[in-house]
Amino acid sequence: MTKFFLGLCLTVFLFGCGTSVPLSDVPVTDGSVKGVAGAGQDGTGTAVNSVAQVDLSKGSLQASMASGPNVVYFDYDSYVIKPEYQSIISAQARFIKGQPSRKVAIEGHTDETGGREYNLSLGQKRAEAVASALSILGVPQNQMEAVSFGKEKPAVVGAGEAAYSKNRRAEIRIQ
Amino acid sequence: MAFRSLPRLSDLATVFWAWLLFFAMPVQAQFRVDVSGIGLTQVPISIATFRGQSASNQKISEIVQADLERSGQFRAVSAPLAAMDELSIPNLSGLRQAGSDSLVLGSVSTLGDGRFDVRFRLWDVVKGQDLGGQSYAVSATDLRLAAHRISDYVYEKLTGDKGIFSTRISYVTKVAARYRLWVSDSDGENAQAALSSSEPIISPAWSPDGSQLAYVSFESRKPVVYVHNVSTGRRQLIANFKGSNSAPAWSPDGKTLAVTLSREGGTQLFLVNALGGEPRRLIQSGSIDTEPVFSPDGQRIYFVSDRGGAPQIYRMSSTGSAIERITFTGTYNISPALSQDGRWMAYISRVGGAFKVHLMELGTGTVRELTTSTADESPSFAPNSKLVMYATQDQGREALMTSTLDGKVKARLSGQSGDIREPDWGPFLKP
Repeated sequence: MTKFFLGLCLTVFLFGCGTSVPLSDVPVTDGSVKGVAGAGQDGTGTAVNSVAQVDLSKGSLQASMASGPNVVYFDYDSYVIKPEYQSIISAQARFIKGQPSRKVAIEGHTDETGGREYNLSLGQKRAEAVASALSILGVPQNQMEAVSFGKEKPAVVGAGEAAYSKNRRAEIRIQ
Repeated sequence: MAFRSLPRLSDLATVFWAWLLFFAMPVQAQFRVDVSGIGLTQVPISIATFRGQSASNQKISEIVQADLERSGQFRAVSAPLAAMDELSIPNLSGLRQAGSDSLVLGSVSTLGDGRFDVRFRLWDVVKGQDLGGQSYAVSATDLRLAAHRISDYVYEKLTGDKGIFSTRISYVTKVAARYRLWVSDSDGENAQAALSSSEPIISPAWSPDGSQLAYVSFESRKPVVYVHNVSTGRRQLIANFKGSNSAPAWSPDGKTLAVTLSREGGTQLFLVNALGGEPRRLIQSGSIDTEPVFSPDGQRIYFVSDRGGAPQIYRMSSTGSAIERITFTGTYNISPALSQDGRWMAYISRVGGAFKVHLMELGTGTVRELTTSTADESPSFAPNSKLVMYATQDQGREALMTSTLDGKVKARLSGQSGDIREPDWGPFLKP
């Protein structure tokens, strides 16, 4: 019976446009008709476009280990480490070499101007520049991971160069 | 959701003219639709308040009107339409006088099982023709979907192009420190959260069949790529390699994702099976290569590279050969999106200090600036290639907009408070 109605309805759908049957002749109570054209079930109370929600509980993101000043700031559109930050990198390198069992994340960031994905690439360049500088000072490559947050995690929220200059940065985080 | 076509009403000459006593109240639009420019060819259309719709929790006629206005191809005309439905024979001469070319009449009634029966009929006012109609038996939660299907029917009948109103979009909101990935109707309403996280979510991308979203999540304190089944909530890690993993883009057959990885240093393009597995390098360069997107025929991949000293858009074969530069104007061109008809590329270009959606006709290379805003991001096309959706800033908040391809009709999508960003327009869903 269900199939009959289904076929009937499809037929009406496909060929019904040109007919002149009064509207009131079309069966109205079609509770047996299911899913003739919808993307999912119907008649069951379930929405056609249902979405299951996933809630990520606050995970166990590890706090970084205190190791003194650990942020290197960059000029606009640049990933060149300025001389004044060399001392921070040297101190961090010494510290990391004393902690050979700890993983080190170098996290690159940008200011909020421009696209999210392209900023992710720029942040990655900053992170890799710092990782490279640490590597030259003897930190093993396999102890470090250079990653980027792009413009997603500004240190200072707001527009303007005062905020932007604090956000163009790479942070060395010892885990 | 079941639907059927309604048969045409009998010959007009055999039935009486309905008497019209009242003018319909002006329908309050749910959306702010800005129309600018002149010389637009818009179909003037009247949409009657559906008989009985006040008994449901959705104002069907208002949803339909907002859909059609947002398309840029229709202009709502208030007309004398009180107490009419799909069985009524309208006074077409009165509508012509009101300046209306088309008319939608309909009704909403309750079925015995608690569902609603939504019916409508479309009239060509100028020719005096019944253009048919449909009926939908839907649960309360699918009333908006029924309204969007009505919009699709009207749009296709009157423009000849397939309507996109019943498609879905995805976007991300940030409210306080909470990030949510939403799936909503094409007008931004009826949003359901697919993912909620305390870490950023960016770059959602619909699978070609509309069942899955690929995206970048920072939940493990670095960017990694997931593929997420929207109806089941099942998530699969697709790219979680050393360094950053980002910018997922589906191949048209849904079997492969292009992704940006820094696993071997730098920001480079790879292909990875959509079910997971070892990535294959697409091209090798010493520059940033990112934001890949497949052409609709799957033959090419467009991407952003700074190999020329500044970010520009390039394209190559889907195997990584025959690289050619596409954008030549300006020094910052990113975020390419391609229309399904293969004609258009939308992208973001920096002009002065402003970031604006631009549209390139790929056949000729002709470029037009689409917006007057200054912080546009993440354009994507409606699957019928007639609208562009993008993120922008409006009065200090992040907001989503749609624009016609000539830039003349723009609408701000509502439906969420807080900052709204990273939109992606889903595909046509298979009926």
